[in-house]
Amino acid sequence: MKIVRMMAALALCMALLFALGCASEPEKKAEDKAPAKTEAPAPAPEAKQDAKPLTMGLILVGPYNDKGYSQAQYEGGKYLEEKMGAKLIYLDKVNPADRPGLTIPQVVDDLLAKGADFIVAGSDDMTDGIIEAAGQHPDTVFVHASGDAALTGKGPKNLGNVFGRMTFPKMMAGFSAGMTTQTGKIGVVGPLINAETRRLIVSAYLGARYAWTQVRGKDLKDLSFNVKWIGFWFNIPGVTADPTQMAGSLYDGGCDVVLSGIDTPEVVTVAQQRRDAGKTVWALPYDYEKACEGQGSVCVGVPYFNWGPMFLKIAEQVKAGTYKAVFDWEAPYWADINDHDKSPVGFMPGEGLSADNKKALDEFVAKLGSGELNLFTGPLNYQDGSVFLKAGETATDKQIWYLEQLLQGMEGLSSPK
Amino acid sequence: MNRESLLRQIGWFAAAVGLALFLTVLVTLPSGAPPLTTIFVLFQGGLGSLSKFGQALSVWVPLTLCSVGLLIPFTARLWNIGVEGQVIMGAIFCTAALRPFDGGGAGQIILALAAAALGGALWALLSGLLRVFGRVHEIFSGLGLNFVALGVILWLIFGPWKRPGIASMSGTEPLDVSLWLAKVGSLSVTWAGLGLALAAIVLAAVLLHRTGWGLKLRAVGENPKAATLFALGPRRRLLQAFLLCGAMAGLAGATQVLAVYHRLLPSISSSYGYTGLLVGMMASYRLGLAPFICLFFAVLNVGSIQLPLQLGLDSSLSGVIQGVMVLSVFIVQGVRLWLAKRGEAA
Repeated sequence: MKIVRMMAALALCMALLFALGCASEPEKKAEDKAPAKTEAPAPAPEAKQDAKPLTMGLILVGPYNDKGYSQAQYEGGKYLEEKMGAKLIYLDKVNPADRPGLTIPQVVDDLLAKGADFIVAGSDDMTDGIIEAAGQHPDTVFVHASGDAALTGKGPKNLGNVFGRMTFPKMMAGFSAGMTTQTGKIGVVGPLINAETRRLIVSAYLGARYAWTQVRGKDLKDLSFNVKWIGFWFNIPGVTADPTQMAGSLYDGGCDVVLSGIDTPEVVTVAQQRRDAGKTVWALPYDYEKACEGQGSVCVGVPYFNWGPMFLKIAEQVKAGTYKAVFDWEAPYWADINDHDKSPVGFMPGEGLSADNKKALDEFVAKLGSGELNLFTGPLNYQDGSVFLKAGETATDKQIWYLEQLLQGMEGLSSPK
Repeated sequence: MNRESLLRQIGWFAAAVGLALFLTVLVTLPSGAPPLTTIFVLFQGGLGSLSKFGQALSVWVPLTLCSVGLLIPFTARLWNIGVEGQVIMGAIFCTAALRPFDGGGAGQIILALAAAALGGALWALLSGLLRVFGRVHEIFSGLGLNFVALGVILWLIFGPWKRPGIASMSGTEPLDVSLWLAKVGSLSVTWAGLGLALAAIVLAAVLLHRTGWGLKLRAVGENPKAATLFALGPRRRLLQAFLLCGAMAGLAGATQVLAVYHRLLPSISSSYGYTGLLVGMMASYRLGLAPFICLFFAVLNVGSIQLPLQLGLDSSLSGVIQGVMVLSVFIVQGVRLWLAKRGEAA
């Protein structure tokens, strides 16, 4: 009896579910005739390569409009549409907190089903998932923006890496902070601790140190550089530390300039509130070119990613069938680091950077670009006092990429304790 | 509420779905989305192909384990809201059991599953002990323990179980492929997961409806004082109910680790514990309905990513639609109660 009822219930529920799906199907077809054409399911991408535009499947870790890391990638995808008539399909907020139960291989399956010709995964958080997915689709090009699977050989042969050399814009950010600070106390709201974040924050420190000691001629002892980590790329309430509170406590602790290392722009908001309360403070957001717009003089400038040119290069190679899955760490276009068509990374000064400081920054950028100045030059010690670079020694790319610790003179955790 | 026939319940459920669809149309219209297409895409995204259905089933497994487990303490009128924490504890115990091994096979996986069941059960037992001996209502202790479990998992991931040189909420080092549960063909769902969920349903059905234990548990729930007088051992029975539910929740956590994420991460539970409570309420705590409502939720969950992908809708809309669906069920239930009361009065 019970079984019969269970079976009846099963049948009814299934009928209900399928009926819901099927009932609206004809109407969908009727309504959607025009959009259906642009959607072009295209079962065999290679066969129809010419008929259908090249399609990039982009996986974003945060919201596409986060005014930070994910938006920068989203606009990179839009740039691709504009420049080569390619098509962008994307899914945003791909992280276990926002989309419970969703895994990267599933997203990839969906993007491929929608006609993606190659897949770009946007975040460090997707490292394991994208290696797994690339292994499942050996004939598709996968690119992991950040990550080093192609360098270490851990990933499958169809998975490449691309990243801009954000170390340089971070040096410029640090430099601007070092020029701007009045108290000599600079704070950083950092994301999680790994080689990438250590590398970027150390770059900022080196920039700030150069400005403080070489340009302003002050004593290194009077410069404090304090890093506070929240635990992830952006705030997950209840899981990470709250970046708003972190920024607030840095300002309360006497920092007058705070740099953001996270994907989202909370730091600028906090600085704005402090300004409104009459405090002389500044902030530097991260990731997104327009992050300083509308923020007024609180915003000193923003080191940002300009994914467009990098995506374009990959897309053209994919289209021509010449893409090689390599580890690609792209330098800024030094003639104009803010050239939208050429520079993969840049630094956009904000209203908070004074005219004099801007002039100093331009000289600093010119020196970096010409190679006259290499901030990763010894003597530099790690935070625990051990030697990172001997006097006169310069760091290799690998040493910078896999930076093991913060440097001596920086406060904050180098690695988890 | 047990007096009503199953068919009538399904009728009410259909009414709820109807209302949900209507409200969804209202919600989607201002956003410029074609409502029927939206709903179609949502369901097709969860049922449209075998692989989608496999994805939905892989959500269904932990959700069913949670909601079926919840029915056992509910038979004794206990709201084990701590189920969320029990899922997390299961995942933690599962990961802990596998940490000594670089790889392995069936033996290690069985060990991990057993550890997960134990972890969930122990965490549930805490709620049970507080309820039975400390007279702390299980809703308060459960909620509290959920936060503690979250604290423990965050501490482990950020501390002792961190990846070398990394402090990130991204999670622990992934498990070796040999420790992943075997998939059903190329589908996302695993044989072991399906087996566990079905076994849980059968176990709960037999226990609650075919044994004296279940009958006595119900008696304990209906009238604890009488239960004591008739020597039904209410304390022991309540604790057993908590243990069983916790074990099932723990297994749900294990499937999340072994079959879905292959590592431990802060949101390992995917909030299936709380969703399981919703399922239980929607099903009016009837075992016959719970697995199907779980399937309904699973289909919605999997289908929701199609909204941004296919229709370019802001992805938060899928959350709104899911919320609307749950809300309509409660509205319909409210109407049903009101009608029933009016019927009695008249």
